[in-house]
Formats: sequence, structure tokens, C-alpha cells
Amino acid sequence: MNERENILGRIREALSVPAQKPGGHDKASGESSATNGEHPVSDWLPFVGESFEERAELFRKNSQELTTDFRLVETVAELNAQLSGIAKTEGWKRVATHAGELTDGACAALGLPVLQTDGGYDVNALEQCDAGISACDALVAQTGGVLITSRSAGGRALSVLPPHHVVLARHEQLVPDLTAAFALLKAKYASGYPSLISFITGPSRTGDIERILVLGAHGPKKLTVLCV
Amino acid sequence: MSTTPAAAQFKKEATTLSKDLRHRAFIRGSLRKYEVARDSKKVRFQSWQQARNAASEIKWQAINHLDTHLAEFAKNLEARGAKVHWASNAEQAREIILGIVRDKKAHSIVKSKVMTGEEIHLNDALEKAGFDVVESDLGEYICQLRHEAPYHFVFPAMHLTRGEISDLFSKELGTAPTDSPEELTMIARRVLRDKYVHADIGISGANFAIAETGMISITENEGNARLTCALPKTHITLMGIEKVLPKLADLALFLPMLGTAGAGQLMTGYNTMYGGPKQPGEADGPEEFHVVLLDNKRTTLLASAEQRDALQCIRCGACLNVCPIYRNIGGHTYGTTYQGPIGSVITPHLRGLQEWKHLAFCSSLCGACTQACPVKIDLHHHLLQTRRDAIAQKPVWWETLAFKGLAILFNHAWMFSLGMKLGRIGQVFHPLIKNTPLDPAIAWTRSRELPKVAPETFREWWNNRK
Repeated sequence: MNERENILGRIREALSVPAQKPGGHDKASGESSATNGEHPVSDWLPFVGESFEERAELFRKNSQELTTDFRLVETVAELNAQLSGIAKTEGWKRVATHAGELTDGACAALGLPVLQTDGGYDVNALEQCDAGISACDALVAQTGGVLITSRSAGGRALSVLPPHHVVLARHEQLVPDLTAAFALLKAKYASGYPSLISFITGPSRTGDIERILVLGAHGPKKLTVLCV
Repeated sequence: MSTTPAAAQFKKEATTLSKDLRHRAFIRGSLRKYEVARDSKKVRFQSWQQARNAASEIKWQAINHLDTHLAEFAKNLEARGAKVHWASNAEQAREIILGIVRDKKAHSIVKSKVMTGEEIHLNDALEKAGFDVVESDLGEYICQLRHEAPYHFVFPAMHLTRGEISDLFSKELGTAPTDSPEELTMIARRVLRDKYVHADIGISGANFAIAETGMISITENEGNARLTCALPKTHITLMGIEKVLPKLADLALFLPMLGTAGAGQLMTGYNTMYGGPKQPGEADGPEEFHVVLLDNKRTTLLASAEQRDALQCIRCGACLNVCPIYRNIGGHTYGTTYQGPIGSVITPHLRGLQEWKHLAFCSSLCGACTQACPVKIDLHHHLLQTRRDAIAQKPVWWETLAFKGLAILFNHAWMFSLGMKLGRIGQVFHPLIKNTPLDPAIAWTRSRELPKVAPETFREWWNNRK
């Protein structure tokens, strides 16, 4: 029964054999840098600017490449107006959201039936919604991604089941890179991580047929980020 | 070389497919698109090589402290309400999963991509036990409808044209024929939506496991894993024991490296960490989360002094994509769960050296794989070591004899120069028997020309030079 001990035992026995470190035959990458727990990962990954403007510009560039619709607005009223504009253009009849500082106001302004996921919901009803409107934990300039958790974005399914996912963010939520995003998570959820953490980078996509890009494989066909 | 059934099958299929120029051109075209995308992302890294060094170092440390990390991972995950199971082999893993599925009285099961599931033939086991299982990754779904194994462990259906997929959907799902990849994707989307909503159980794999926080991490583009892990009441993850990373922040490096090396994306569409079932106060998520940790001979590879680093593999598929052998013989020819150079390295350890040694011999040793590997596994050197080990363990009598003969020939100058002279004469008569059963060099001359023996040897030239 105790396979745990069997497996750990086999691992310990295997590790008692000293083994040859890899990379000895590949000189292209140069000498392995001494690393003892601290990795200056940001120095090697794609460069991110210093100022908010540079980072917002990088996020915009990445979004464009990913076909994420990114809009930076000045006021909350403008954000609500942008959302209402999208709702009208696409002819939304019903949306899903969760309680939140930005989501409450924006969804009330839509004047549409709203499904709140917070306290549990009917999956079929969520599937019928035209859009899922959620908050987020951060926007990542380096990758053009949105960081959400099951706590910040109304659970696990709200951001993937409806065909259009709209993220409402505050501009101070724009972080430079992935390292900063993980540091933020660690600080924010010190008392216990949510059960789901997701970096959403563009709408759902697939290249499984002839390596040709198709959007909206199983998740949202569209991803919109409205940032105030 | 003595021939095993696996080797005979390999040789037969490789011979057929390497002559199929249409197939070769199609695969080359697809992989060219990958190369362009990958290179456009690699150049954005301030230092791709430093990132590789760091990734290799972190993974090396992780597998060299695997016992500590695994125990920590299991402890932290259990503290969050998940159940961790340990399976020494494929049979145990299947029994554990069947046990959970039976216990839940499940009717339908939805799966996101699980290569370890292919390794233990999970679908067969579940179907035989009477459960309805559906693959949700588009490529895997296509392979499932065709009743065949994935052609590539990252791009499962890359060998099929849109026409073939359209015909398949028409036959299996009754849909109208189309030549639009988008319409084909939407057909699968419609069919599978219903499955997510009604499935009792979701089965997933894992790309990484995080010891520090007790989480698994899944990298995907389609959102099928997100749905598989969100809607069904029970979530089961099957993963190899080698997937553990020490810290959550290590993903800041590994996620962009996996995306770039794997599919030419700086970040794959969804990179999601799951730590336990639905937690108090959350809106949704499974009530139960089971993680099955699979050994299945990984500890044998761990004990290899020379090839332990093969366990660093993050299954990005970069080595397959650049491999001249893979491109010409195709993924199914390997007959393994993991194809290409990494498959040729690990399969002899996981499934038997003598039966799978032929994979190590089928390599030009060009080293493209080693150069492409984001965690710096010495892939082509391992293939060479496997050749040596296989022959040392089970020498081939006529090869031993031939090399002994050659040693005598090379040790005696008169024999050597006599050999040269005879070769020159023999060459004149060779066309008479070329490609007939009498031809001693037929294995070579069937598809190649013999090199011409020079009219004068170097030694003759040297002696006659003034």
C-alpha cells in the first residue's frame, strides 16, 4: 500500500549515484552562471521600460499582436461608456460578472440582465451569457497578459465560458514583468493563495489544424482590457 | 543488429514515410511556420542563452533534490484539501484513477491533454470499464476520433490536412465538409462545450508542480484545460514525478521559455496554477482534487549517472521540431509516447534498452536537438551513450568479428596495401553484382553509390612523388 515510501525510497537510492551535470557539450550558451536561489530573471527576459507610459505602450503592442482589444481611458465614467459601447455593437443580451469596485458600476450602467457568479451559479445560465466581465490582479506589460485568480475574477469559469471576456483594470495594476507579478501574488495572498491563478495572454486560440491560428477554440473568442 | 518487433516496425514505417515526399513537404512547411514564430520571440529575450543556463540549473537542482521537493509538494497540496496518490507503475495509476471514477459513479469524463495518460493507456482502461471519455484539446480530439496516437506530443494532429479533418468530422459527427480551419475548430467547439457542462470528472496533466505552494501548473492555448478544471465536480491530475519546481516564482522563467521553445509564443494563452479544490468563499471549482504522481521507471532514469538530466525535460517539443529524422520519418513511426530526440533518449530507460535501442541508432548526431533544448539536455550525446551501452550489454557477434578483422588489417601494412589493391580491382567488377543478393555491400548500395577508390593510394603517391 505504501507506494509513497517505495517511490521516495527509489528516488533516494537513485540520487546516491553522483551524476553528470548537463550542458558540458553545448558551448553556445557559455558558462553556466552561478545561481544559488536568486535568479535575476528580469535581466534575461524581454526588456520592459521604466515609466508607466513605456510599459503601457509595451502592453498595447503585445495586445495588438495577440488580438487583445486594449483601451486605456481617463475616467471611470469613460470606462463604463466604452463597455456600454461594446455591448451595443455586439448586441449583448445578458452578461455575467462578480461583485467588485469597477465591475459593479460598469455592469449597472449596461442596463442588461446580469448573472453574479459570487455565491455560486447555474452553469447553463453562464454558458448563455454573451460576455464575462471581471476584475483582475494585474496586467503584465512584458507579455501583454492579464493575471487573474479565482478570488479576484469571480471564480474559475467566468473568464473562460462566455464568448467575450472583458477585464476591467486600474492603471496602477500594470506591472512590468512576470517576476513582479509573482511578487505581487506573494504579497497579496500571504495568508493563503486562491485555488486558481491564471495568466491569460490573449483570447483562446489553437493552431492544431495545419498550424494555422484560429481564435476562440474553447474559451473566449474575444478578450478586451479596459484600463482606467 | 538483432531485430526486435519494435525495431522491425520502426524500420518498415520509416522506409515508407521517408519516401513520401508529400508528407515530408507538409511537415516541413508546418515546422517552418513554427521556426519563424520561435525565432521572432527568442530575439526579444535580453539573453536567451542566460535564460537557458538558469532554467537548466534550476531543473538540475530540482531533480537532484526530488525526494525533498516531492514530499513538500504533497504536504502542501494536501493541506489545501487535495488528495495525493502515488503510483509506482502504469497499472497502479490506472487502478487509482478507475477507483476514483467508480467511487464518484461517474458517467462522462472530459480530458485535457495528458501525455502521461497516453503513457499508461488511460483512455483504453476507462473505456473498457464502460466510461465515456472525450479528449478536449482539438488535436487530441481529432486523434481520438481517428483512434490513433498523437503524432507529436505538443502538436498531436499536425500530420493531417484540413481536408482529412473535414472528412473525419463528416464521417464521425455528420457535419458538412469545409476547407476552413476556423469552421472546423468551431465544429469541435460546439461538440465539446456540451461535454464540459455535463462531465462529472475532469482529467488533466501538469506541466509543472510547485513544491513551495502545493500547486500544479498547466500551459495551454485553447482554454480546454481551464474548462476541464472548472466545471466537473471532481478534478484528477496525472503527472510524472519529475515535474516539480521548488518555487512559484520559478515560473517567471519557465512559462515564457516553454511558450517560446514550444510554440513560438512568448506566453502560451493560458498558464494556470491550481492549488487544491474549490476553497471556502470561492464561486466555483471542483469539490475534490486528486493528484496522481507517477513513477513508471522515471527513478531508473534518475539513477543513470550519465543521463539523469533527461528528467529535466519540460516537454516543449523543440527537439522534435528541429530534428531532421523526425521531419522525415514522422511521429507515428517511433511507436513511443514521446517522439523525436527526447523520446529516443528516454524510451530505452522507460521501456527496455534492447527493445528500443534502435531509436538511438536512428540519428545523424547533428546536435540540432541539443542546441534547441531550453533546459540544455545533452540529447545527441545521450543517443551515442545509449548505442555504446546497448552493444556493451549485448554484443553482436559478427560486428565483433568484423572489427577484430579490421584491427588485424590496420595493424599490418602489407595487408592494408594489399587490401587497397584488391579494392581497386574489385571495384571494376562490382557493377556486375551491384544490387543483387551476391553484393556484399547491398545494404549500402541499395540507396547510395559506393565511394570510388582512388587510382593511386596516398602511400603510392608519396613514394613516387619526385
